[in-house]
Amino acid sequence: MTAAVDSSPPRAIWHQQGDSCTLELTGNWHREGPALEVTGATPNQCPDHYQIDAHVCYDSTLPAFLFAHVRAVTDAATDKTPSPAFDGLPVNLRALLELALAVPEESETRTPPDSSSEIRKLGDLALVVWTNGRDLVEFTGEAMLSLGRFVTGRAIFRAEDFWLTLQECGVQALPIVSLISFLIGVILAFVGNVQLANFGANLFVADLVGIAMVREMGVMMTAIIMSGRTGAAFAAHLGSMKANEEIDALRTFGFNPFDFLVLPRLLSLLVMMPLLTIYANITGILGGMLVGYFVGIPPVLYWTETLAAVTLTASSLGVIKSVFFGATIAIGSCRQGMQAGNSTAAVGQATTRAVVTAITCVIVLDSAFAAIFTLLHI
Amino acid sequence: MSATPAPTTAKVSVRGLTMTYGTQVVMHDLDFEIFDKDIFVIMGGSGCGKSTLLRHLIGLLEPAKGSISYDGKDFTATDPAERTDIVRRFGVMYQSGALWSSLTLAENISLPMEESGKIQPKTLRDLVAYKLALVGLAGYENYYPSQISGGMKKRAGIARAMARDPDLLFLDEPGAGLDPLSSRRLDDLILRLRDSQGSTIVIVTHELASIFNISNRAIFLDSAIHTQGALGNPCDLRDHSDNPAVRLFLNRGTQPTSPR
Repeated sequence: MTAAVDSSPPRAIWHQQGDSCTLELTGNWHREGPALEVTGATPNQCPDHYQIDAHVCYDSTLPAFLFAHVRAVTDAATDKTPSPAFDGLPVNLRALLELALAVPEESETRTPPDSSSEIRKLGDLALVVWTNGRDLVEFTGEAMLSLGRFVTGRAIFRAEDFWLTLQECGVQALPIVSLISFLIGVILAFVGNVQLANFGANLFVADLVGIAMVREMGVMMTAIIMSGRTGAAFAAHLGSMKANEEIDALRTFGFNPFDFLVLPRLLSLLVMMPLLTIYANITGILGGMLVGYFVGIPPVLYWTETLAAVTLTASSLGVIKSVFFGATIAIGSCRQGMQAGNSTAAVGQATTRAVVTAITCVIVLDSAFAAIFTLLHI
Repeated sequence: MSATPAPTTAKVSVRGLTMTYGTQVVMHDLDFEIFDKDIFVIMGGSGCGKSTLLRHLIGLLEPAKGSISYDGKDFTATDPAERTDIVRRFGVMYQSGALWSSLTLAENISLPMEESGKIQPKTLRDLVAYKLALVGLAGYENYYPSQISGGMKKRAGIARAMARDPDLLFLDEPGAGLDPLSSRRLDDLILRLRDSQGSTIVIVTHELASIFNISNRAIFLDSAIHTQGALGNPCDLRDHSDNPAVRLFLNRGTQPTSPR
């Protein structure tokens, strides 16, 4: 179809003679070629006759132009118009246009412009918040029921899945937890030392680092790492299973997807979060001890001071919180995964939402714990 | 219906192609040509390597041995820039449609055309509407892939493959999952594309009705011997092939195994 070389721009020339209308087509119709030149008023009817120049060459641009005109005319017509004639068109062009026009345009597919008022949008938003809140409560309730079924030995899931998840969110998280908590200990010691040295009280760096790590920083940093690392992985995995209809497949075989997928993940984080927190606390204290050594506090003295400052109550607070944080991360991220849409784009959205929700919930929960512990004078 | 002009130039020629998956040989010593304006079908049982062959033809996989040439130019030995130029002339529809999920159908089809940046916005809009109408999806411009059915995704995938009026169109299982009417319509579309645009079309399929309706040449990949079992016109192969596996395949396993 590109045998004849014609470099002139594409032209559509309308000839109107009484009721009859002819469309003359010339030039090189190529999608990346020059802009189309239309001569004569475009009539509100399909051409009765087409006149095609022998040297015209074209790709899909020409049938696309003809198709757009025919569609526009038939859409505008209120009465039932007869099917357009393609008199004068080459057979192959006519065949393509007939094929394109064979299926009428879906009128329902044209989405109407969004005319909703601001009040309506506010109402919609309120409904979304309400639905999300209710879903979260429902999901948490389901998780508790599932735990109940586990305790009574009625929950069915693959033990391999549990051990694998345990390894993924436990041992494999150790390097990043070590690095972050060690550096947090180092930072706390440096900052504390600068201030405490003014009073000649650098030894209290050990108290500062110890108490800060076991009460707050150890558990908080671990929770944030686990939200970003494990929470995202949970949401992405469950989200892609949802998109592949794997969750529906479990359901049709009579498995409870909740027990099968959410429970092993929830249990893994419930087990691993306290262990990782204890590990992070110790690593942070070691980081502080290293700084202490460089600013003149002997390690033995630092250790004794830490043991004196950090009571069992203080160190158990962080570990207790870690159980709740673990549950929050697991439930939040699994919920986002299980409720993701059925497309690959939805998996990405679910993962983002899982991480944001988990980190936000962990910090909100930590504030609540701080208030409770203050009231209890702990 | 499947009559075509006598084969003249070899558009694609495959010589001694061996495809491997790790250390396992999927198919060896494939030798065939695809001529200009052919509707060439790659057929064979499930898992025999049809899609793998297609992926080799479009340059996504490297052959373990042998060569693939386009218009006489060895595709496997060209430098990356030249290879990209050759690949630009292809239109490919993947088995699942492989539409970009974050783009609407209109954007999916317009993205390949916009690449050069020289196209007029009105022309682009008309082209998108026309391509969607060709596959029976007129009016679905603003839909996202997640909002349409599997069959519609497939048809939208074909519309995207046709976006740049490719001179070589590769379709991986285009009819699978379509209702009989849509499948028939698709056959019609493929024939009209070949006749009106002069496209050469390579189809991976095992829909027998489609094969006999539209294809003028076919290759049968035999998983028992790991190489091509037959090459030629599918109707001739059905009735006169020397290979019983081919006759069995093309007769839905119900015909006598000796040539008639």
